[in-house]
Amino acid sequence: MAVVAPPRAVPEETLDRLERIWESRPGLLGWLTTTDHKRIGLLYFWTTLVLFAAGGIEALVMRTQLAEPNSHVVGPNTYDQLFSMHGITMIFFFIIPMTTGAFGNYLIPLMIGARDMAFPRMNALSYWIFLASALFIYTSLFMGTAPNAGWFDYVPLASKQFNPGRNIDFYCLGIIFNSISSTLTAGQFIVTIFKSRAPGMSLNRMPLFCFAFLAASFGLLFALPALSADTIFLFLDRNVGTHFFDVTHGGSALLWQHLFWIFGHPEVYILIVPAFGIATSIIPAFTQRKLVAFPLVAIAELLVVFIGFGVWAHHMYAVGMQTISLVFFAAATAMVVIPSTIQVFAWCMSLVTGTAIYKTPLLFIGGFIFMFVTGGLTGIMFVAIPFDQQVTDTYFIIAHFHYIIFGAAVFPIFGGMYYWFPKVTGKLYFELPGQISFWLIFVGTNLLFFPMHIVGLLGMTRRVYTYPSGLGWDAYNMAETIGGFVTLAGILLLLGNLAWSYLRAPAAGPDPWHGPTLEWTTTSPPPDYDYAVIPTVTSAYPNWEPAAAGLMLERDHEQVAVTPVDGRLSEIVRMPHESPWPPVLALGLALVFISLLIGRYGVAGIMGIACLLVLAAWHSQEPQEQ
Amino acid sequence: MVLASGCREQQDSLAPKSHQARDIASLFWWMMGGAWIGLALVVALLFWSWKRRSRRGFGADTEGPKPGEKQGWYTVVGLGIAMPIVVISTLFVISDLFVIKTTQAPAGTTTKLTVQVTGHQWWWEIRYPGTSAVTANELHIPVRTPVRIELTTADVIHSFWVPQLNRKVDAIPDKTNVLELDADAVGRYRGQCAEFCGLEHAHMSMYVVAEPRADFDRWLAAESKPAHTPSGSHALAGQRIFLDGACSSCHTIRGTSASGYVGPDLTHLASRSTIGALTIPNDPSDMMEWIRHSQYVKPGNKMPDIKLPGSQLREVVAYLEGLK
Repeated sequence: MAVVAPPRAVPEETLDRLERIWESRPGLLGWLTTTDHKRIGLLYFWTTLVLFAAGGIEALVMRTQLAEPNSHVVGPNTYDQLFSMHGITMIFFFIIPMTTGAFGNYLIPLMIGARDMAFPRMNALSYWIFLASALFIYTSLFMGTAPNAGWFDYVPLASKQFNPGRNIDFYCLGIIFNSISSTLTAGQFIVTIFKSRAPGMSLNRMPLFCFAFLAASFGLLFALPALSADTIFLFLDRNVGTHFFDVTHGGSALLWQHLFWIFGHPEVYILIVPAFGIATSIIPAFTQRKLVAFPLVAIAELLVVFIGFGVWAHHMYAVGMQTISLVFFAAATAMVVIPSTIQVFAWCMSLVTGTAIYKTPLLFIGGFIFMFVTGGLTGIMFVAIPFDQQVTDTYFIIAHFHYIIFGAAVFPIFGGMYYWFPKVTGKLYFELPGQISFWLIFVGTNLLFFPMHIVGLLGMTRRVYTYPSGLGWDAYNMAETIGGFVTLAGILLLLGNLAWSYLRAPAAGPDPWHGPTLEWTTTSPPPDYDYAVIPTVTSAYPNWEPAAAGLMLERDHEQVAVTPVDGRLSEIVRMPHESPWPPVLALGLALVFISLLIGRYGVAGIMGIACLLVLAAWHSQEPQEQ
Repeated sequence: MVLASGCREQQDSLAPKSHQARDIASLFWWMMGGAWIGLALVVALLFWSWKRRSRRGFGADTEGPKPGEKQGWYTVVGLGIAMPIVVISTLFVISDLFVIKTTQAPAGTTTKLTVQVTGHQWWWEIRYPGTSAVTANELHIPVRTPVRIELTTADVIHSFWVPQLNRKVDAIPDKTNVLELDADAVGRYRGQCAEFCGLEHAHMSMYVVAEPRADFDRWLAAESKPAHTPSGSHALAGQRIFLDGACSSCHTIRGTSASGYVGPDLTHLASRSTIGALTIPNDPSDMMEWIRHSQYVKPGNKMPDIKLPGSQLREVVAYLEGLK
């Protein structure tokens, strides 16, 4: 270890040595055993992109069925599976793994000046479990027994009595399986963000992107147990004969809904807060200005998740609760608006007082602000309990939350794909098709989702596979379907543009945007060791400050650990090497879940023991002290 | 499909026909006005930033402190904290302390009539306590009279929603939820199950028929009576087929031996305007189609396709169409 003064010239032989220490194995085996956060981020990216396509195809089949009244493109059995899988896919298998898995994994270590996540093997394990759980749940769709009671999966419709097939068992086990991955990811991010930052990066100098992922990770960690309990209870009710939700034996049907939404509402913020983090990364770079009211925004990002835990029953206003409970949850729903308005005006004022550069990434962020505000304003309407009780379970709600989830979560994902494309690939992207893709997606999604407000108010209920004509819904539904296909065209252009740019665009250099955060100080794409010299951070916008002296760690497979709040160097940590055991353990867990699905509990137990043996093998490979 | 009816069908929450639905609709119009103002404000800010956009590119403008940090803070605190607190508190007080009272479940003493509604997969059972009237999917109420709806379910969760008359309320196992209906005007209001309840959730609709008190009383008296004895040999033969065959194991016809409880009570089937919870109109040809191919008309519903020779089928339909 040595202190290196700027401009941080590193001798060639040191770079070679770092490369030898940190490089992954070549070929397919390298991808299977990798613990490199960048490779894992890319694996997440490609996997979630495929799942996004699956969820999108499900949506477009539904829109085709609903384009006209009384249509027969699909029957009710298929339709129910499609809308259930669409929700499950987009929430559990696209947005969360795309933001935390792909963006978070790739970018957080770079942004905080680390060489890897705090627990690289656990990180690999998260990915392999995620992949296995996705394959597990999608097997059901190809068998024609996909979950068919919605992603919300209310009992008693989801009970064995009314749903005797394997559909709901796939749901329960798939969700539990996926939750393991999300829990590992959440713990991983919390420890990495608190402990692996570059020296000098006290919390007040940490990028807002990291605050957002910290908030989302805490949210996941505290919300998922409610969902896991819920799905385990349901699995037991269905297969072992317990009566958690069985009203004929003293259970409660509403218990499912309470536990589900105790998870489900924080989940909404878990989906969008990382996207806020992406927005707060793009805005400073594309206005060349520090974000207005930085501390308020950081607090707001944490607060929105915290308050989000107190609003769950606003999904249940129609179940017949006492008025006093309704009013309590309405008040909490009112409060949760404030952190969002703080952020909206901080973004807007940064755009106004900076000098905005409206290229594709910022266009997506402008579109995101528009969509988020639209969806937020209809969200504020749900403070009004009688109005919520009028429109809940109608297309008005679908309009509202798609403005939030597509507009406020997916738009920043698209913007972020353009923004960090040069960093990940080392290539620029083509601007004109980028801007066209934005406008197609923006016009398409508004045509797709805005009329849903109107048909909802006109009385069209959710989760219907068809509807009669003559109720004034037909033209709006046709417009929505057209909007869906315009959106598809925009997304295809976006992906095609990025693929073409990868092949043909000019090199980007390390810092095409003069970006404020650390990732723009290393090469594009970053080397296996991320930073030859671990930077010392003196501001929240380190790339806009003169570089300070840094630490050279070149002796071994090492990274720094700091104190959680002040970011003072506390120790040098030896990092584990790549390992074949994470994918093996994920495979073992998959066998456990398959055995549970087919009711072979003994086999499941044996597989569980095998998993423990794998864990033992995993630990035998920990780096030894010299 | 448009059913035989003078005016256009509606299920429109913004065409209220009761004081509850009117209060909710006007709440919406006010909120929508506010929402457009809020959206216009943000769009104006975005447009302003576009007008001030840089053409100089990256790196040209980073040096030196940016103007506007102070104005930015003022705006964030003023528009991002103070304004929403005022606006949302106002909304909260108006809607959740005042409007909510008009849409609340009625106290037992304020209504003159109670109707028990039970959700089934996928139809509505309707009973009038104190009488023996049982019907399905068409709920008659006297106009300008507060009516108490007691809602429960026979199987999974459903949700009772007639948007022109009031908000929705769920039908939950082991629980009775209460809602008030108080129609201002004579008319037929369409409603639909709003909570996903399985395969035929889309075909679980109903009518609320609000009629003058005298008409309502006449209707209720007729519904309370047992079924007419069929007149004519055709219908009599149909009755025999109904009672001896599979039909009677699932359906009740009061005054006969048919007492099944799986499907709707058919005692006065011919007085209803639709079949299958508003899936198709109630006329002889559709009735024939329904009996033969109900799994095509409403796939997944609990009634199997009934295989009967054409002559017997016509007899059954003649019997059912006579159940006025």
